[in-house]
Amino acid sequence: MENDKLLISHAPHIWGGFSTNKIMFIVVFALLFPTAAAIYFFGLYAIYIILTSIATAVLSEFVIKKLRKKRFIMDGSAVVTGLLLALTLPPRIPLWMVVIGAFFAIAVVKEAFGGLGYNIFNPALAGRAFLSVSFPNEMTSWIIPPHFNYDAITGATPLNDNFTYYADKLSLYKDLFFGNRGGSLGETSVMLILIGAAILLVLRIIDWKIPVIYIGVVALGSLLMGKDVLFQVMAGGLMIGAFFMATDYVTSPVTWKGRIIFTVGVGILTVLMRNFSNMPEGVCFSILIMNAFVPLIDKYVRIKPFGFIRKKKNA
Amino acid sequence: MNIVIKKKRAFKGLSLPENKITAKKPIEILPVPDKVVIPLQQSLGAPCQFIVEKGDVVKTGQKIADSQSYVTAPIHASISGKVTRVIKVVNPVTSTMMDSIIIESDGEDNWVELKKLFDIKKSDDFPGLKKIIDSIDRKEIIKKIREAGIVGLGGATFPTHVKLNPPQDKKIDTLILNGCECEPFITSDHRVMLEHGREVLMGLYIISKILSPQNIYIAIENNKEDAIIHMEKLVEEMGLASIFKIIMLESRYPMGAEKTLIKTITGRTVPIGGLPMDVGVIMNNVATSKSVYEAVIEGKPMIDRVVTVTGAIETPKNLLVRLGTTIDHLIDSCGKKESGANYIIIGGPMMGISIVNTDFPVTKGMNCILVRKSRVPVEQNCINCGRCVNICPMKLMPLAYVRYVKGGDFEVCREYYIENCIECGCCSYVCPANIPIVGYIKTGKNQLLKVID
Repeated sequence: MENDKLLISHAPHIWGGFSTNKIMFIVVFALLFPTAAAIYFFGLYAIYIILTSIATAVLSEFVIKKLRKKRFIMDGSAVVTGLLLALTLPPRIPLWMVVIGAFFAIAVVKEAFGGLGYNIFNPALAGRAFLSVSFPNEMTSWIIPPHFNYDAITGATPLNDNFTYYADKLSLYKDLFFGNRGGSLGETSVMLILIGAAILLVLRIIDWKIPVIYIGVVALGSLLMGKDVLFQVMAGGLMIGAFFMATDYVTSPVTWKGRIIFTVGVGILTVLMRNFSNMPEGVCFSILIMNAFVPLIDKYVRIKPFGFIRKKKNA
Repeated sequence: MNIVIKKKRAFKGLSLPENKITAKKPIEILPVPDKVVIPLQQSLGAPCQFIVEKGDVVKTGQKIADSQSYVTAPIHASISGKVTRVIKVVNPVTSTMMDSIIIESDGEDNWVELKKLFDIKKSDDFPGLKKIIDSIDRKEIIKKIREAGIVGLGGATFPTHVKLNPPQDKKIDTLILNGCECEPFITSDHRVMLEHGREVLMGLYIISKILSPQNIYIAIENNKEDAIIHMEKLVEEMGLASIFKIIMLESRYPMGAEKTLIKTITGRTVPIGGLPMDVGVIMNNVATSKSVYEAVIEGKPMIDRVVTVTGAIETPKNLLVRLGTTIDHLIDSCGKKESGANYIIIGGPMMGISIVNTDFPVTKGMNCILVRKSRVPVEQNCINCGRCVNICPMKLMPLAYVRYVKGGDFEVCREYYIENCIECGCCSYVCPANIPIVGYIKTGKNQLLKVID
């Protein structure tokens, strides 16, 4: 037999082909729905914010990979980070702030820790947190969707203390569901977020347990606090946080048990922050705080292997 | 109907592209090769010593290596001729050196005299055969199986006489014949069931005489419907329908793995570090069962086996080959490799081992030679997605092994039960980052073994 050079590699020799790139592509696709809402409600400027954020994220990753003398792979994770960050920003934020936020998210939160897979905190949320600490004024200046300019809505984000709504409850829920309200770029339309989330759930990209438990805990907490449950669930960044942020693979636990602990923690923190802190919103910080616990959860929460028998005492 | 359909399974499993391109191709007998290379270690347990020397003339079926040790299987000459050299070959599976001998054929294929218990021509006469089997002593059968050098042919190569002789305190109530063949591409067991079903069933009957279990199951995946129907017909014909039960299982990888199959069929869980006999089960591969028949009834030692040669090659085939035939020879007999086909794998695509040297011979545990075009994996960072944890049939956390083996913390791997891994490859298959997880696991296991030594 004439032998060309034979190669060797590890078993298995076939691969499912469901790559990181594909996952990131699907996430970006799912995010296009809330993105569409952002553009629809907040106009052309939303596109500028989104493109600036994505471009900065990808470029920073490229530069830092070169500085670290590592191979740059266009795996799409920087695109996801950039897009997610943009969707959490207020609709009229100056573009230079977007650049700072995206750079911080990639350079400090992701690459400084070792790149994709090694970051402790969700880069997009950490970028947002950095911006809201650095520029508290700009980060809380909300506008009402320009072409829905009618009297019912005030300029504040719905969870703010001075939010007032003049029409009846049903139209409030309707506005929240369809996105006719103030807020961050991507968090306004619950409907479009749910469509994007449905794609991720159907394709099994995200674990259904995380959003379901998160939203469930917040609903229960709000009920106990005597708040309007539906309003609490639909207002603010809970929806986009539950489906797109808390489910981030890297910064959530790997076992189902760990995921439940993590998500319950996020839910409780969100309820506490919404009710007892001086911030109107708690989703971002509660996810970030629980992110810090993920390595600990992954270390101590393991699953029982097949054939595991608990050792009897004195046996 | 004697077929039980099991829809539930004990694990999530993968549905793989089957690629069983040789499923309809009858077993071809490969002509006796000019030379064979026979390595000393072909089973788990102690290595054998040669009982022939360079220059000796041997006959086909003559014992050429044996050991005093209990857990081992003797080795026989697979062709007749002259022992020309004693050499060392590298075992690609364990990467260790093995002593081997080369026998050059005299072209005559002279057999040693086989002690037949029964006229093979009359092998249709099952009742007559049954009487003979019933009359042989249990110990005598086990001795015959040992002398014939039979090992588990599913790949693990555990000596069969040891398996069939469990310690007194282990009550065996279930015997499972494993005809799942869940790996893609491989069809050798499938063909054996179709063409030698009678021998397989008689082998199973002999094994059942040794163990006298209450339940005897024949497990076959539903992608081999013809085999299921054929076996059902034979069971009926042979009058064994009251004791043999055929179980049709969903075609799902790794259905044929011992522990998952036992759990799926009996609902019992083999404990970590335990053997199937700990839960009262003994499992045998169909090809092993056939060899048991040949050894006990025909007196024929283990000198050949069916190997599927498949993949990117001109004419894929199922071949009955003498042990010791080089892989080179097998591939040549199936025509040209397709251009760019530069991977040669011993075993299936999920668990097989790729080799650089095709001088290696066919050994007892080899069921497939797979030729494939290259796939260059680019390993990316683990993103903690948990797909490997989700899919693992042993419910382990494969990603932890990657992390700790990379960091050199092999002891920590043991806390995650690394030795419980069956190396089925599901984790690597689903890994989006294309990490060769099984490779890391094997490294970790080897390092831990060294630590113990």
